[in-house]
Amino acid sequence: MSEAQSALPVTVREAGPCGMITLRGDLGAPALAKAVKAAAGVAMPGRREVAHADGSSVAWMSPDELLVMTDPGNVDAALAAIDAALKGAHYLAVDVSDARAVFDVTGQPGAVREVIAKLCPVDMTPDAFAPGQIRRTRMGQVAAAFWMVDEGTVRVVCFRSVAEYVHGLLQDAGLPGGEVGIFG
Amino acid sequence: MLILECPYCGVKGEETEFAPGGEAHLKRFGPGSSEDDFNAYLFRKENPKGVHFERWRHAHGCGKWFHAARCTMTLEVFGTYPAQTTEPPQDIRDRITAKRPGWSWRELS
Amino acid sequence: MSTRLSRGGRLLNRDRQIGFTFNGKHLHGVEGDTLASALLANDQMMIGRSFKYHRPRGVVASGAEEPNALFNMGKGARFEPNQRATTTELFDGLEAESQNHWPSLEFDIGAVNNKLARFLPAGFYYKTFISPRPFWKHIYEPFIRQSAGLGRAPKDRDQDRYEHFYAFFDVVVIGGGIAGLTAARAAGEAGARVLVMEQTPHWGGRAPVDGGDVGGEPVDKFVDDSLSALAAMENVTLRNRLMGVGVYDHGYVLGYEQVRDHTPGVPGPRHRLWRIRAGQIVTATGAIERPLSFAGNDVPGVMLASAVRDYAVNFGVSLGDRTVVVTNNDDAYRTAITLKNLGLEVPAILDARALGGGALADEARALGIRVETGKGVAKVKGGRRVEAVCVCSQAGEGAVLEEIKCDAVAMSGGWSPVVHLWSHCGGKLVWDEALAHFRPDVDKSPTGADGKPFVIAAGAANGALNLASGLADAHAAGQAAAAATGHKPKARSAAPKAASADEAPIAAVWLMPQGAKVQLRMKSWLDFQNDVKVSDIQLAAREGYASVEHAKRYTTLGMATDQGKLSNINGLAILSDALGQPIPQTGTTTFRPPYTPISMASIAGQARGPLFQPVRKTPMHAWHEANDADFEPVGQWRRPYTYRRGQESREEAVNREIRQVRDSVGLLDASTLGKIIVKGPDAGRFLDMLYTNMMSTLKPGRCRYGLMCNENGFLMDDGVVVRLDEDTFLCHTTTGGAENIHGHMEEWLQTEWWDWKVYVANVTEQFAQVAVAGPNARKVLEKLTDDDISADGLSFMGCKDITVAGIRARAYRISFTGELSFELAVPAGQGRALWDALLEAGSDFGVMLYGTEAMHVMRAEKGFIMIGDETDGTVIPQDLGLDWAISKKKEDYIGKRAQQRSHMTDPNRWKLVGLETLDGGVLPDGAYATAEGVNANGQRNVQGRVTSTYHSPTLGRGIAMGLVLNGPGRMGEVLEFAHVDGTVMQARIVDPVFYDKDGEKQNV
Repeated sequence: MSEAQSALPVTVREAGPCGMITLRGDLGAPALAKAVKAAAGVAMPGRREVAHADGSSVAWMSPDELLVMTDPGNVDAALAAIDAALKGAHYLAVDVSDARAVFDVTGQPGAVREVIAKLCPVDMTPDAFAPGQIRRTRMGQVAAAFWMVDEGTVRVVCFRSVAEYVHGLLQDAGLPGGEVGIFG
Repeated sequence: MLILECPYCGVKGEETEFAPGGEAHLKRFGPGSSEDDFNAYLFRKENPKGVHFERWRHAHGCGKWFHAARCTMTLEVFGTYPAQTTEPPQDIRDRITAKRPGWSWRELS
Repeated sequence: MSTRLSRGGRLLNRDRQIGFTFNGKHLHGVEGDTLASALLANDQMMIGRSFKYHRPRGVVASGAEEPNALFNMGKGARFEPNQRATTTELFDGLEAESQNHWPSLEFDIGAVNNKLARFLPAGFYYKTFISPRPFWKHIYEPFIRQSAGLGRAPKDRDQDRYEHFYAFFDVVVIGGGIAGLTAARAAGEAGARVLVMEQTPHWGGRAPVDGGDVGGEPVDKFVDDSLSALAAMENVTLRNRLMGVGVYDHGYVLGYEQVRDHTPGVPGPRHRLWRIRAGQIVTATGAIERPLSFAGNDVPGVMLASAVRDYAVNFGVSLGDRTVVVTNNDDAYRTAITLKNLGLEVPAILDARALGGGALADEARALGIRVETGKGVAKVKGGRRVEAVCVCSQAGEGAVLEEIKCDAVAMSGGWSPVVHLWSHCGGKLVWDEALAHFRPDVDKSPTGADGKPFVIAAGAANGALNLASGLADAHAAGQAAAAATGHKPKARSAAPKAASADEAPIAAVWLMPQGAKVQLRMKSWLDFQNDVKVSDIQLAAREGYASVEHAKRYTTLGMATDQGKLSNINGLAILSDALGQPIPQTGTTTFRPPYTPISMASIAGQARGPLFQPVRKTPMHAWHEANDADFEPVGQWRRPYTYRRGQESREEAVNREIRQVRDSVGLLDASTLGKIIVKGPDAGRFLDMLYTNMMSTLKPGRCRYGLMCNENGFLMDDGVVVRLDEDTFLCHTTTGGAENIHGHMEEWLQTEWWDWKVYVANVTEQFAQVAVAGPNARKVLEKLTDDDISADGLSFMGCKDITVAGIRARAYRISFTGELSFELAVPAGQGRALWDALLEAGSDFGVMLYGTEAMHVMRAEKGFIMIGDETDGTVIPQDLGLDWAISKKKEDYIGKRAQQRSHMTDPNRWKLVGLETLDGGVLPDGAYATAEGVNANGQRNVQGRVTSTYHSPTLGRGIAMGLVLNGPGRMGEVLEFAHVDGTVMQARIVDPVFYDKDGEKQNV
C-alpha cells in the first residue's frame, strides 16, 4: 500500500506573463524545426511532449500545432524568426500571449498530482504521466492543458475568460483535509 | 462510458474528452446532385445494431476528427483511424471480420 | 429486550462513550458502534414505522441491506433524510429522528392504515384514485403526498464540501472481505496495480463473525495477515469507507467514499466520488441473508439470523434474552451456538427441513439447544416487540402446535450472492437449484472495449458460500484478473486452505408454513420498506402481472432506497409459484446503480456555488462589476445588459444609453465576439465555401459582412470578415458561435477538404474589443491617436492598424448601431487600459457605456438581423431578405444545394418585414399574427410571428421585426397579433429598416 502522505495544501498561483505563439504547420518539415529553434531556442518536442530551454518552452498541441512559449518581450522577434524560417511554406503563426491564463500548482509531488486527478479524467500515476509530457484535456467543465515543470509543480493553461473558474477549481481541490494519499 | 483512443495524439481518453459527430464516410452531395442523392446524404443515416462506423472529435484534446469502428450493441471498439479517408482501412475491416463474421455496413462487408 | 452485554464486541472501544440523540432523547453508545447497534444497546427495538401501513418496525439487518432503520439525520445545513442506521458510524453529537410517523413514533395516526390493511392491497391507489378526474390533482395527490413516507427533503444549503477523484487501476476489487483480500493479494503478487474498495470501516467482512480456520489459524488472524501483506505491496491500495456504486461500460467504476461522515466538522470533503477506470473488476461483494416469509416477520425483534450474530459478536449487543431461531439452512445454527455461548437462552431452533441440519446442528444439540425439524413459525405474537412465536409444521397450513415465549426471533431463509455490480453492465445470472439462489453466469460476463470480459465475481458473491470454496474461488479470480491485465500470476502461489464444516443442503422455503392461509399470508412481509406482503404478489399474479418487472411496479416490491436487497428473491419465488413456473423462467428485475443511495452532492462534486459552471469574463469584466452593470448571460459569458444609474429602471437606462449613442458617443465591450484567423493559399476558396458571400474577392484591408449556413441551408452564424493580407482572413462570429464556428471550420478542413492548404486558429480570447459608436466617435478617437482615421484614411468597412493611447490596435470601421463606429481590437491584457483611455477621452462628449440591450434596439432600428432572434434553425437567408449577401456566381457553398430544395424555394415562405404598431405600443415577443379559420387541432391559423420587438426611443414608438407569409409583398397591410390573454394588437407591415435607410450616418 502506498503510504506516502501527501502534504496538502498545495499552492496555486498565477504564473507571470508568458509570451505565446500558436504555430501550425508541417511538424515533420525540417524548416519548421529550424523555425522553432530560431524562435525559442528549443528543440522540436515529440508527440504529447513539451520541450524546454533557457526559459522558453515548446509544447506539442496536435499533429500540426505547437505552442511556443517565450518571454513576452521576445514574441515579436520570435514571430519574425518563424516568418523568416518558413518563408514560402504554408504555416500559421499568431501571437496568442493574451488569450490564456497560466497557473502553477506547487506542493508535495503526490499532492499536486492529486489536485489534477480531482479535476481531469487523466491517469496521474507517475508511471503514466511525468515531467516532459503535456496533456490537453477537460478540467471540470472547460478545456485545459497541463504539464509538470518538475515533480512538485504542475503548470496549467486555460483560456483567459475562464481563469477565475479554473483558479477556483484548483484551489478547492487543494484545500486542507482533501488529501487522497494514493500517489507515491 | 466509453474509452476511445485518438489516433492522432495517442490519448486513450474517456468519452467526456470527445464529441460525437454521427456517421462516418458520408459522401458529400452539393449543387447539381439529384434530390435523392442529396436527401440520402443529409438524412438517411445508418443506425445499426452491431458494427458501425462513426465520426468523433477529440474536442477537449488535440481537436482532431477521427473515425471509430464500433459495435453499438456490445460497445466493443474495433479500432479508431484518421478521418482523412473515404473508407475504413483494411486492418480494421479484417479485425471486424475476425470478430463479427458476416458483418455488413452499407456497401462494406 | 435488547441490551449491551457485559463482554464481547470485537469492534468496540468500550472505554470511549459517545453521546447522541434519538428523537430528542439523549442516549449513549461507545466508540465503534453503528447507530443501529447503539440504539439496540439502548433497547430501542422499535425504530420507525412502515411506509404504507405505519406498522412498528425494528432493525432487521446489520448492513447495507437494512430496509427499516432509516432516519432523518442532522440539522439545518447538515440535514439528510433516509440515512441507514446500520451503516452509520456513531459519532459524538449525532442527531437522528425516526421517519414515517405523526405526531410521534409511539402514537402515530397513520397506523390506522394497519387496521385497514385488508382494504389497502397492491394497486389500491391505482384503482381507487382514478375518478373523478379533477379529484386527482386537488384531493388525491395532495393527500397521498402528505401521507407518503420516508424522509423529508432538506431545506438548507448543504454546508459541506464534495469532490471527485479520477483513478486508474489494473484491477479493482470491490469488497474487503476475505474473498476480496484474497483476490487482491493474488492480483497484487502478480504485479497488477490493485485497488481494494470496502464500504465499511472494517476489513474481513463476515468471516470473523462466522469463524473458522484458515491454514490452521483462526480467520481473524488470516484477515490481519492478509492486510499486512497487502499493505506492504506498493502496487496495492486499500481503501475503506469506499463503496462500489456501480459498474459501467469499458471498466468504469464509481466509488463513493464517505470521508467525513463519521467525523463531521473535521476539515475536508464530506464525500468523494471516485471515477475509476479498471482493466478488470473483481466483485467480492459477499452475500445477503434472506428473511423467511411467515406471519409477523416484521415485528420488532425479528431479525436476520446473521444480523443477530453480528450485533452480538461485533457490538456486544443481544437482541433479546430468549431468541428463537428459525431457518431452512445450517448457517443460522451458528447464531444459536453463538448466543448460547454468550450465556443467552435459545428456547428452540425451528428447522423447516424435515431432515434437519448437519454438523452445526449436532453442535447445537450438544450445547443443549432444542432443535425441532420440519417445523416453522405460524406467526409471531406481539405488536411493538416480539412476545412469542407459534410453532407449526412447515408442511401444514399453520395449525399451532405450541407457543414459545421469547423476545427475539432470528430467521434465515438462505443466502443470495450480491450480484448487483456484476449485473450493472450486462453480466447475466444463473439459478443455482442446490443453493436456491441466483449467482453470476461466469460465461456471460460484461464485456469491455476489447470485447473481452472485464468483471469476475469472487467468493460468496460468486455463490461459493463456504470458507474453503470462497477462498479458492477468490484466489483464482485475483489471478485471472491479473493475467487479463497483462500480469503473470505467480505459478507457486496457492489459495489459502481452509476447513469447512459439512453442511446439510438448504431447502427452499418461500412461505412458512408452505400451506399458509390468507390470514397468515396477509401478515407475511416480503418487502419491509415498501410494505409488500406475500398476498400482494399473489394478487398481482392473479390480476395478470406475469412479468416480474410489471409485478414490481404494481406492488412496489423492491423499489425505494434498499431496492429490494432482502425482498427480491423471495418476491419472485412467490410470483413464480403463483404463476406455476420455475424461478429462472420468472427471472429477476434489473439491477441498476447505485448499489445503495449516494448523496446528490457527491455527484455534483465541486460544481456548486461559484464553481457550478464556468462563467466567462472579458478583460473589462471587473470594471463592469464595479460600475453596477446589470449582467445577462450570453452563452457562458456575462455581458452588461445595461448600466443603471441611481433609481433608473432597466428600460430607462437602455433608453438613455441609446439616446447617448445616437446623439454623441457610447462604448460597448464587444470582446466576446468570436475571432478566428483563417490562413493559407486556399483560405479564400475555403471561405467561399463557408460563407454564402464571395469572400475571395475581398481586398486586403477591407471588411465584409458574411452569412454562414449549415449543410441544411439554414442560417447558423453571421459576422464581419476582414482580409488582413493576401493569405490571411479574420472571421468574426457571434458571441455564442465562436467555438462552434471554429469547430465547424476544423470539421470541414479535416474531414472533407483535407488537401486544402488552410490553417485556422481561434483567437477570440487574445483580443479585447471595444466599439466606439456615435456621431462623436471619431472625435473621441482622434484625441488618442495620431493615425489618420478620417473618412478617407479609414473608410467605412475598412480596417487599419493604428496606435490608440499608446496601444497597438486594429481598428475596423464596422457598425452594428447604424452610427459612425470604430471597433478597436487590442491584446486582451491591454483591454482595460484602452477602456479607461476611451472613457477619459470621451468625457468631453459625455461618453457612456451601452449594454447589449441598447445594441439590440439600435440594430433593430437599423433592420439588422440577430442570430437567434430572426433565426431559429429553420430560417434561410432568403427568408430574411439577405439575397444580396448570397453570391450568385459561386458554384457551391455549404447550404447552397439545400436552398434549392422545393420547400426552400416555396414562394409562400414566411419572410422578414418590419412591423409598426398602430397604437405605438410594443408587440409581445414571439406573438403570432392570426389568420382566418382554424387548423385541424382547432387552433387559430397563423400567418407570421414576431422575431424581435422593442420600444425605440429614437422613434418614440414600438418597432418590431417578424416573419410573415409573403410579407415583403404586403407592405402597408395591417395584421393582428394575439397576446397570451387573448387580446389583440394591430401592426402594419413596413420596411424592416426604421432608421437611416441610406446609411448616411454610419458611412461618414
